[in-house]
Amino acid sequence: MEIPKSFLGYKRENGRAGTRNHVIILPVDDISNACAEAVANNIKGTIALPHSYGRLQFGADLELHFRTMIGTGSNPNVAAVIVIGIEPKWTQKIVDGIAKTGKPVEGFHIERTGDIGTIMKASKKAQEFSQWASEIQREECPISDLWISVKCGESDTTSGLASNPTVGNLMEKLEPLGVHLCFGETSELTGAEEVCATRGITQEVSAKFMKTWNNYNDFILKEATDDLSESQPTAGNIAGGLTTIEEKAFGNFQKIGNLKFIDVLEPAEEPTKGPGLYFMDTSSAAAECVTLQAAGGFNIHLFPTGQGNIIGNPIEPVVKLTANPLTAKSMSEHVDCDVSKLLSREINMSDAGDELIKTTLRVANGRLTCAEALGHREFVMTKLYRSA
Amino acid sequence: MATDIIIHDKKDNVGVVVIEKITPNQDCSCWIMEDDSSTTIKSEDEIPLGHKIAMVDLNEGDTILKYGHDIGKVVKSIKKGEHVHVHNVKTKKW
Repeated sequence: MEIPKSFLGYKRENGRAGTRNHVIILPVDDISNACAEAVANNIKGTIALPHSYGRLQFGADLELHFRTMIGTGSNPNVAAVIVIGIEPKWTQKIVDGIAKTGKPVEGFHIERTGDIGTIMKASKKAQEFSQWASEIQREECPISDLWISVKCGESDTTSGLASNPTVGNLMEKLEPLGVHLCFGETSELTGAEEVCATRGITQEVSAKFMKTWNNYNDFILKEATDDLSESQPTAGNIAGGLTTIEEKAFGNFQKIGNLKFIDVLEPAEEPTKGPGLYFMDTSSAAAECVTLQAAGGFNIHLFPTGQGNIIGNPIEPVVKLTANPLTAKSMSEHVDCDVSKLLSREINMSDAGDELIKTTLRVANGRLTCAEALGHREFVMTKLYRSA
Repeated sequence: MATDIIIHDKKDNVGVVVIEKITPNQDCSCWIMEDDSSTTIKSEDEIPLGHKIAMVDLNEGDTILKYGHDIGKVVKSIKKGEHVHVHNVKTKKW
């Protein structure tokens, strides 16, 4: 198949391109959720991104909070942002971070005004942003403007056999075209960590990966109260035939095909080394992982599933594929790309990769994903440790 | 002939059932992805879609190989053709 050289995206002030054109209402902290949701309810064409944290955090955990907030607002799938927090200082810090992209952003703080006054002021600005954004047209953008993140979930053995290698096949075909790619899931590489480390493009990158994985493993050894057998693999994984974390990890690893990764990113960190494959240190919980990758600037996500994970994200469209024929049949409303014919060998891996590229480009051009149509907007902040 | 079981790598001692289920004493056709070769095996158990079958006899302490890599250890001996899962295989991690 000849791969299209372009897609229809929204060009942004900083030279990036979006696959979506959201106006978001971003609460800085948990207690500002009500205000943000009220504004989004008032003004059509906006969405609120409520979450659970943002108070009394400190150190690396606070840095991650800011990085995730600023990264989410800066994502090219977002046209404009209203930031609402309880206090002025942290609110302004996030506004200033997002403003570096050149997109419209305005902050409001609730102290000394109250919810109702803040909702009124923020709603007026949100209306202006929403109507402004509604006139932005899709334009032809080079395929290299796609930043594709990947993560699998509710995996089973069909993931490692077929749906994950389909993503790997897509990566092998799109990497030469200058696309940014990202995989994560530090914990779910356990058992395959040494093989994964050999895919670092230099010894330094491989060492950086092992350091990241070792940090995670040390934490597990310190905190685990049992052998994690209730958590990894999950009950869904086991029902689908996965027996051990090692088996799950080698299946997971199929998503990067034969590629090497050029850098290791902190959670929610934006890549800066140009096109190619990146590893991001993330949780393996689906919503946490995709939230971090979206905050890193990725504008479309590929999500292979075995038993049927249903996750979506408010700003980054999540394209789901499965090779499990039972899932494709019983949960069809969640499946954007059915590659179950790989198991019956009616199609080969290259055919499946081509199908996924077609689906990905349709979604990049504006087709709603199943998760978008069903209203999945899981926005989950990663918290590293207890608050001060 | 339709494929009942897929094996990732020639070194693997387990295969994955890719039809709805296989039944005891079924003659199954297996496809080895790595070199596009074929083999057959007679099943001992009923094994559902996605679950693994032992391609050889395995003793306690043996290593299970899938994708050509170590994915865990045998904790209860397994006969060729039997179901391989959490009841007879455990992780080597943690």
